[in-house]
Amino acid sequence: MKYEIVIGLEVHAELKTNSKIFCGCSTHFGAEQNTNVCPVCLGLPGSLPVLNQRAVEFAIRAGLALNCEIAEFSKFDRKNYYYPDLPKDYQISQYDLPVCKNGYLDIEVNGETKRIGITRIHLEEDAGKLVHPQTITTSNYAYVDYNRTGVPLVEIVSEPDIRTPEEARAYLTKLRSILEYCDVSDCKMEEGSLRCDANISLRPAGADYFGTKAELKNMNSFKAVQKGLEYEAMRQEDVLADGGAIRQETRTWDEARGVTLSMRSKEQAHDYRYFPDPDLVPLLISREQVEEVRTSLPELPDARKDRLVEQDGLSSYDAEVITASRAVADYYDAVKKLVDDPKTIANWIMGDMMKQLNTRGLSITASPVTPVHLAEMIQLLNKGTISGKIAKNVFEEMFVSGKKPAEIVKEQGLVQISDESAIIAIVEQVIAANPQSVADFRAGKEKAIGFLVGQVMKQSKGRANPEMVNKLLKERL
Amino acid sequence: MKLYEYTAHQLHTMLTEKKVSARELAESTLQRVRNLDENIKGYVTVTAEQALAQAKAVDEKIARGEEIAPLAGIPMAIKDNICTTGIKTTCSSKILANFVPPYDATVMQKLQAADGVLIGKTNLDEFAMGSSTENSAFFTTSNPWDLERVPGGSSGGSAAVVAADEAVWALGSDTGGSIRQPAAYCGVVGLKPTYGRVSRYGLIAYASSLDQIGPLTKDVTDCAFVLKAISGHDPKDSTSVNSAAPDYTKALVNDVKGLRIGVPREFFVAGMDEEVRAAVMAGIEALVRQGAVAEEVSLPHTDYAMPAYYVIAPAEASSNLARYDGVSYGYRGEGDDIVAMYKRTRTEGFGAEVKRRILLGTYALSSGYYDAYYLKALKVRTLVKQDYDRAFEKYDVLITPTAPSAAFKIGEKSADPIELYLQDVCTIPINLAGIPGISLPCGYTRSGLPIGMQIIGQAFSEETLLRVAYTFEQNTDFRRKPSLKGV
Ligand SMILES: [Zn+2]
Repeated sequence: MKYEIVIGLEVHAELKTNSKIFCGCSTHFGAEQNTNVCPVCLGLPGSLPVLNQRAVEFAIRAGLALNCEIAEFSKFDRKNYYYPDLPKDYQISQYDLPVCKNGYLDIEVNGETKRIGITRIHLEEDAGKLVHPQTITTSNYAYVDYNRTGVPLVEIVSEPDIRTPEEARAYLTKLRSILEYCDVSDCKMEEGSLRCDANISLRPAGADYFGTKAELKNMNSFKAVQKGLEYEAMRQEDVLADGGAIRQETRTWDEARGVTLSMRSKEQAHDYRYFPDPDLVPLLISREQVEEVRTSLPELPDARKDRLVEQDGLSSYDAEVITASRAVADYYDAVKKLVDDPKTIANWIMGDMMKQLNTRGLSITASPVTPVHLAEMIQLLNKGTISGKIAKNVFEEMFVSGKKPAEIVKEQGLVQISDESAIIAIVEQVIAANPQSVADFRAGKEKAIGFLVGQVMKQSKGRANPEMVNKLLKERL
Repeated sequence: MKLYEYTAHQLHTMLTEKKVSARELAESTLQRVRNLDENIKGYVTVTAEQALAQAKAVDEKIARGEEIAPLAGIPMAIKDNICTTGIKTTCSSKILANFVPPYDATVMQKLQAADGVLIGKTNLDEFAMGSSTENSAFFTTSNPWDLERVPGGSSGGSAAVVAADEAVWALGSDTGGSIRQPAAYCGVVGLKPTYGRVSRYGLIAYASSLDQIGPLTKDVTDCAFVLKAISGHDPKDSTSVNSAAPDYTKALVNDVKGLRIGVPREFFVAGMDEEVRAAVMAGIEALVRQGAVAEEVSLPHTDYAMPAYYVIAPAEASSNLARYDGVSYGYRGEGDDIVAMYKRTRTEGFGAEVKRRILLGTYALSSGYYDAYYLKALKVRTLVKQDYDRAFEKYDVLITPTAPSAAFKIGEKSADPIELYLQDVCTIPINLAGIPGISLPCGYTRSGLPIGMQIIGQAFSEETLLRVAYTFEQNTDFRRKPSLKGV
């Protein structure tokens, strides 16, 4: 039988508010353990939560960017469970009245656009972090770092509209891009500011019911999500093919072994005993506030991509790559303001810039090559002051030294030789020194000219204007 | 008269007129505690050193000619479920027996700023769950009117130390009657403010939607002074009402002419102690003689209040008390793994009544039972509240007994929790409705035990309650000192 995969994703994103969701403690990542804490986030007896309105604003922003309805009346509930990283042994979350619901985002897979529904977005507080003195299995005790306790999170729950692990990855990429654009989350999976759980089930292709699902946890990168889902789909298919039944359970992705393992079954599932938190009052969101947030929303990735295609004439692919990250798109726009050459800018960003950033593990905002520098370099290139080949060297030098391109060109004497007499001198030298190639060309071997051009460029240390070299060589052969 | 016998407002005048120093006052009260408290057992912790230091600071202010707050230099006692920086705050529970908060409750901050002199922290039923202090993990407090009797609860320690002059006034907390019922049993004045009037920040929660801090005092005037000092909006408590508190002392007016009193018939049921009924009826008569008008009224959902309370309060408690898990503070029982540690901690750390309520509440919130219990109880709560809304369309105040009987003997009711729960039958509906209630002495039984009368008003009508209580106090003679029988 042919099966169809059904996937729904639950994404937790930390909101980048300055302070925690229910107290005034800093959310700064990387502070010394247990220093960003107070009686409230430590859950000390008698302490009470007070909602950080910035967190609400951020959730509304994310909701609007994801085409959600924003609730007029929302509330907070307690999710009760015992875990040492949860100081109150309940998490303040939202149960039946989330801040946002009924949204969607569009993904592109294999050139086709697909709409993935978003069921809901709710606000909640993050838990702390267990720190084991050795590995998790060899430690017989653990420490708790409460710095992260109370950092605001949104949980974004998708509809079960995703059909392949690849689509799941595309959804996450797009979601991250949107959250980044509206500046609500850093979305760093490695710092834990973005986390993803997946629900996956199989059903006979074309069926209108859902199969029994497994919940998949502990996938620490987008790639891991895709791999985990691929493995789990395969596993479930094997079970079904053998005539077995899928158990409703929670499974964990074991990255090292590349398999999913059972964590707990439905019978062992928690009863969270949700009930409205009596320490907090209902959250009322005025339509004025929603409109205020709406007008403050930046241009989102889809709109920006369309602009780059329609106004700047970039290919759909290039525009997609440039707009995937707001920082990259902002960089592109900054360069374009200085030099109106979209295609060249896009090529430099997608090529040399990305390569340099990736090898150094930098984000574009930390690039030593500023938009001004790149724009100047492109101008030098367009004026013919430097050749394309030289430009690559100049770019690398700019990246290493942070110097301005004109300065590098001047210091290293990289100005392109466009003086005809100077080039003629070299051309004649090369012709004299390579009689065999000259003979080959004259005998009709067109390719031989490439060697001769190369020799001229070499002698000129790459500075000779390649077009002139070609022209002058041909004239003399 | 000994210094410790005076009221706060009398002592304030004596302090400002330099007839007495704060130090003398603190020493006198501390001496009283040393003489009496091994019998009364009202205090869990006595903070003598701190008290003397605070008294010294007040004396210096007076010496410098600075103006002092009405409660400055006056010895006070604080229920041991209100957080005090650097001073153990135990909730009379083994699980918090060594817990020293690193912060002050908002009411404590206000009282520190007002230069109150802290004599100590008072005993309560563990986590404020009970009506007699018999559920304290440490000891049972005795009623100063008869040491063999309970002082009521859960703020039994606070009521007893005020009655026995071991403090001039005290703070309690009231979730289902925990200020008013011990005030009635001990013959003092106790006020549960409107929910949201006094900040709960730093009050160790029993049932968050019902808990409220309030004063226990020797007279109504002191009650107004203390309420004034502790109430007001607190940005740290989201359920605190965002409006300034009025000057309650201005409500101390001897006048109830035209006051409309409703007397809810459901509170005078068969089985109620006849002496209590008669004393409260006589109390109402006394107000009528001052020009008030009284008539019977019905609050039809009264009978359902107690069952609803015993779903809602335990449900909230089951979640509020989850944090006592042995992980980062409080008592820890040893265990081979985290679950064993949790179990051991909570098995050994909590007493029977706390466990009973945690179980009740956990059950009521469990999936499959939520609608039948918790949600139903919330609906009943709404109906109870509507009873009162309707009644206050017609009446300024309602008057009832505070408790169905006077103080009972220690051990008398401990075998049957339901029997004990019934002690709060007159006070619980007030918490469910979120409205204020004050209890003050209105008579004595033949065996000499005080009887409490409860005056109930609509939300934020504390001024009316104080005016009625003050008028009653001015025109009757029920403010008496306990016999200290058995000391
Ligand atoms: Zn904090």
